[in-house]
Amino acid sequence: MSGVLVIAEHRQGALREATLECLGAALSLAPSLGGQVTAALLADDPQSLAGELQGRAHGLKLYAHPELAAYNPELYLPVLADIIAASQPSLILMPHSSQGMDLAPALAGRLGLPLVTDCAGLSWSDGALSVQRNVYGGKAVLDLALKPAATVVATLQAGAFQAPPAGAAPTASDRTALTELAPRHARRFLEYLAGVVEDVDIAEADILVSVGRGIGGPDNVPQAQALAEALGATLSCSRPVADAGWLPKSRQVGTSGKTVRPKIYLALGISGAFQHQAGMNNSGTIIAVNSDPRAPIFQVAHYGIVADMFEVLPKLTELFKG
Amino acid sequence: MKILVLVKNVPEVAEAELEIEQGALDLEDLEMVVNEWDNYAVEEAVRLTEAAGGDVHLMTLGGEDDEDVLRRGLAMGAHSATHLCDEAFEGSDPTTLARVFAAAVKDGGYDLILTGVQSADLGQASTGVLLAQELGLPHATMAIALEPGAGEVTVTRELENNTSEKVALPLPAVVTVQSGINQPRYVSIMGIRKVRKMTIEMLEAGDLGLESQALGREASSVAGQSLALPPVGEGAQMLTGSLDSVCGQAAAILREKGGLA
Ligand SMILES: Cc1cc2nc3c(=O)[nH]c(=O)nc-3n(C[C@H](O)[C@H](O)[C@H](O)COP(=O)(O)OP(=O)(O)OC[C@H]3O[C@@H](n4cnc5c(N)ncnc54)[C@H](O)[C@@H]3O)c2cc1C
Ligand SMILES: Nc1ncnc2c1ncn2[C@@H]1O[C@H](COP(=O)(O)O)[C@@H](O)[C@H]1O
Repeated sequence: MSGVLVIAEHRQGALREATLECLGAALSLAPSLGGQVTAALLADDPQSLAGELQGRAHGLKLYAHPELAAYNPELYLPVLADIIAASQPSLILMPHSSQGMDLAPALAGRLGLPLVTDCAGLSWSDGALSVQRNVYGGKAVLDLALKPAATVVATLQAGAFQAPPAGAAPTASDRTALTELAPRHARRFLEYLAGVVEDVDIAEADILVSVGRGIGGPDNVPQAQALAEALGATLSCSRPVADAGWLPKSRQVGTSGKTVRPKIYLALGISGAFQHQAGMNNSGTIIAVNSDPRAPIFQVAHYGIVADMFEVLPKLTELFKG
Repeated sequence: MKILVLVKNVPEVAEAELEIEQGALDLEDLEMVVNEWDNYAVEEAVRLTEAAGGDVHLMTLGGEDDEDVLRRGLAMGAHSATHLCDEAFEGSDPTTLARVFAAAVKDGGYDLILTGVQSADLGQASTGVLLAQELGLPHATMAIALEPGAGEVTVTRELENNTSEKVALPLPAVVTVQSGINQPRYVSIMGIRKVRKMTIEMLEAGDLGLESQALGREASSVAGQSLALPPVGEGAQMLTGSLDSVCGQAAAILREKGGLA
């Protein structure tokens, strides 16, 4: 019972960044856990994806099979179960991503292991894991001390942990060509679909005027559009605005939308949930307008205004008009 | 098609001032609403049965007041509902919740089980997939489209960075529903009043053949927990003063940082 197992993630021929963040978390936790960090990579051609894992884990286990080109929990679970039975890790880490949310509960459920998801902080003392989670839309922080357990499965919030520098750990790797995968699989991967064609590319904009659910409805969108025009800016939005069809999906900022880094990101009526933050927190200057002084957006913004956005919008527009 | 949807009541927190009482959120002054993702799941289930026939059954696990989340779903067009209500459930982690739901589902004969991607309060994004494991069913998370076919369903799963994937699942299966999959219908107070008389099945732990030591805090993987509010003022420099002054300051920042004239 020791060490950390990180389940590497890849898609369409590229390793996913978030895997490196898990390795960073694993390497900083490993000393207190008393063990090594092993990354498991299941792919059609794992060697071609393993480059960035080199020097960032003590051990690298590569599993190759043509059917592992795309993620499928039905194929992953038996392979992972074997690795876990053989290596008995104290902790299994993966990103809280579309894959991690699909896989981690399945793995924990299948093997009867305790599960804790979307962790923004991890610590280990007296043989048990403690984690920090952002809850209630990022407005509160929950500290959880888990009961001691032989193995725990945890997923990590995107951006909460740093990727380690290459060379942080010497890596010994071994490769297993899987001849046979699970005999019956229920779920079948069919195809990837690219996002809808864009009207404008918000990732190209120097200034984004971004609206959240606080915009209230489609009738108010022109007010934000007017400010965007006065500033020579582009209009973007949070997920609920795109979900409701008030702005096209191509305007959505965040983990499931686009990652943007404009010179200025002006967030109006956006609470700042982590899935949104992950898409905009590297913007040059972030200005947030929100009527709630406790809105999490103020934790990432450089400048904050506590006000009704419908009072700020026309005033600001006026200041830049003609 | 016979569809089960899990729906949860959650506190509306976006505009509320949160208060913490003894390490937990004080719910006293908070409005309870249907979990956003579950609302999309109910709408999807109702649409599937409207198109191809069948029944939608709802299930919630919660306190007595949480019955309204079921009434709301019935008003949207669901046909029946079960309320799992027992003090023994309190403090359960998702693994235990999944076990309770599995016991309640057991011989339900559902073709499809829908849950939300996550509950807005704790955002664990676990219960649906754990339930699938308990029931030995295939699953897919983060559905932004569902196309039922003969004995299977094709699910479009939303991935990161504006991409998605299509997967096929044989039925019965568990699918977690992402927001934006549809536009949920509006529910009026009148609509809820109309379903006031529909009977809701009430079940306790004993009815499910579950022992209380296999439930709640005792069975949970959590030994202790505490909730805190992040300190205010950490982070942004707040612009203060009259509305005119604040907008003036913001304009100056926009000009300087954005290189505007
Ligand atoms: C798998 C997954 C992926 C996701 N991907 C994304 C993503 O890519 N992008 C994304 O944005 N979200 C994403 N989300 C959703 C995310 O969790 C939040 O639900 C969402 O970001 C909330 O959007 P919001 O801030 O606009 O709305 P809310 O959280 O409802 O906040 C509205 C805010 O507006 C403020 N407000 C209301 N009225 C006014 C007014 N008149 N003036 C000023 N302020 C006002 C309120 O105080 C509040 O802070 C994802 C969720 C999941 C589960
Ligand atoms: N107490 C509950 N009652 C009904 N459904 C629930 C409950 N808890 C979780 N769920 C369902 O499981 C989904 C995911 O929740 P969670 O794993 O808590 O994020 C929710 O969207 C609901 O569909």
